[in-house]
Amino acid sequence: MSAPVPDEQLLRAVVPTTIAALVRRGATPDAAEDAMQEALVRALTAWPEDPPRDPRAWLVTVAWRCHLDAVRSDTARRGREERAEAEPGPGPVPDSDDTLALYFWCAHPSLTPASAVALTLRAVGGLTTRQVAEAYLVPEATAAQRISRAKRSLAGVRLAAPDGGGDLSTVLRVLYLVFNEGYSGDVDLVAEAIRLTRRLVTLTDEPEALGLLALMLLHHARRDTRTTADGALVPLADQDRSRWDTSAIAEGVVVLQAALARDRLGEYQAQAAIAALHADAPSAEETDWVQVVEWYDELLALGDSPVVRLNRAVAVGEADGAAAGLAALEAVPLDVPRRTAVLAHLVERSGDAARAAPLFGEAAAVASSSAEREHLLVRAARARGRVAGSG
Amino acid sequence: MAKYLLLKHYRGGRPATNDVPMDQWTPEEVEAHMAFMRDFATRLEQTGEYVDGQALAQDGFWVRHDGPGRPPVTDGPFAETKDLIAGWMVIDVESTERAVELAGELSAAPAAGGEPLGEWLEVRPFLELPATVTE
Repeated sequence: MSAPVPDEQLLRAVVPTTIAALVRRGATPDAAEDAMQEALVRALTAWPEDPPRDPRAWLVTVAWRCHLDAVRSDTARRGREERAEAEPGPGPVPDSDDTLALYFWCAHPSLTPASAVALTLRAVGGLTTRQVAEAYLVPEATAAQRISRAKRSLAGVRLAAPDGGGDLSTVLRVLYLVFNEGYSGDVDLVAEAIRLTRRLVTLTDEPEALGLLALMLLHHARRDTRTTADGALVPLADQDRSRWDTSAIAEGVVVLQAALARDRLGEYQAQAAIAALHADAPSAEETDWVQVVEWYDELLALGDSPVVRLNRAVAVGEADGAAAGLAALEAVPLDVPRRTAVLAHLVERSGDAARAAPLFGEAAAVASSSAEREHLLVRAARARGRVAGSG
Repeated sequence: MAKYLLLKHYRGGRPATNDVPMDQWTPEEVEAHMAFMRDFATRLEQTGEYVDGQALAQDGFWVRHDGPGRPPVTDGPFAETKDLIAGWMVIDVESTERAVELAGELSAAPAAGGEPLGEWLEVRPFLELPATVTE
């Protein structure tokens, strides 16, 4: 009986440690990543026919051969003498530090966000270039360029985690971007972001990594209720809470509590705390809005941001009434996206449907997504209906 | 197969037969219209005729080169621009007749009063690569 075909998840899970193994054998990180990608593509075609007994050993061997081929053709092209070809024996078993180092390398501050995201998905996530392209709905050549440009700017950057774990914020930011991109393409970036963050929290003690994982789980729990079957947006207040994923919520809350227990608050933990309060409430009305506002105040204390102020104004509107919400909204600059939508919402809550209707229309005209525009158009029509009905 | 671009205009096109502005529709009419648009794209995916579709924001602007070493000139957004494209759909179909048929169906999206919108859609054939066999 032949060995079972290893599934793609298993294959992808060993990608970071395989890259690290090549680096230990003397490859530069960018060359190792190239060779790994080549081996990955070969594995996806070869394994269904002829599954290897030891997938990781197979990958290391094939990737190392790909690397030597690349070095040889490179050397030959430049007319230099060939390097030693002896294949070194297998290195020591890679430890978790290498994978953490790879996270840092892929999120290097010199990279643009698009490049860092693409490189992380490939080198840490084990996606092929084609899958990265599909996830972001760009041509494969474009995704390939983002990755190769990223690697050109990383030439000479060593694969090493900063002393003491270092500042994880660049890494967390990249994972947050992957998560936020959502599910537009064929590759589920939300599931991918959660998988990569789960792995990260096994490699570091940083409470913000736990905070980010909790945030992802708590938002992911509501995924199926955020849109209708035909793609229309459902706001938090109208979501069917009985369909929220209670096990994801329970896990998110446990992870968040573990993070908060470290007593080093950060923005992801504060955002997760807000998400947890929503997840915990049986209905929008029964939400502990006073606590939600307090967490927004914590977020502002960690770093002032107009988007946080905008969301805080909505929470204030629920906690203290529409008038208080409108007062809070005055501190938000006029050019912040969705400000008009929030204004329309608060005006409607204050009972002034006649004024709210045209505001919803205005908000729809500047909406940044089709689903959001449609939702605002419907709210405009409803507000108008109430004016006509009462008048 | 030949590709066609179907262009939808916010304004600047010819007036639709059912020309009630969307901000006068009921919520149900808005929802029915949107559902129709989504279903239309899904149906074309299933027949293998759908290539791409995108909606555009209203606030665009113009840009042009302004000489070496100078930043580009920008102008806009124009609240009263004459012609404003709202979005497009690219289809890949057997014939011009089929392109016309599909554009006609899309134009019949339900609007105010549940009646077909009857908007004008601009249909533009793609310039194709030269055929391999030409005689």
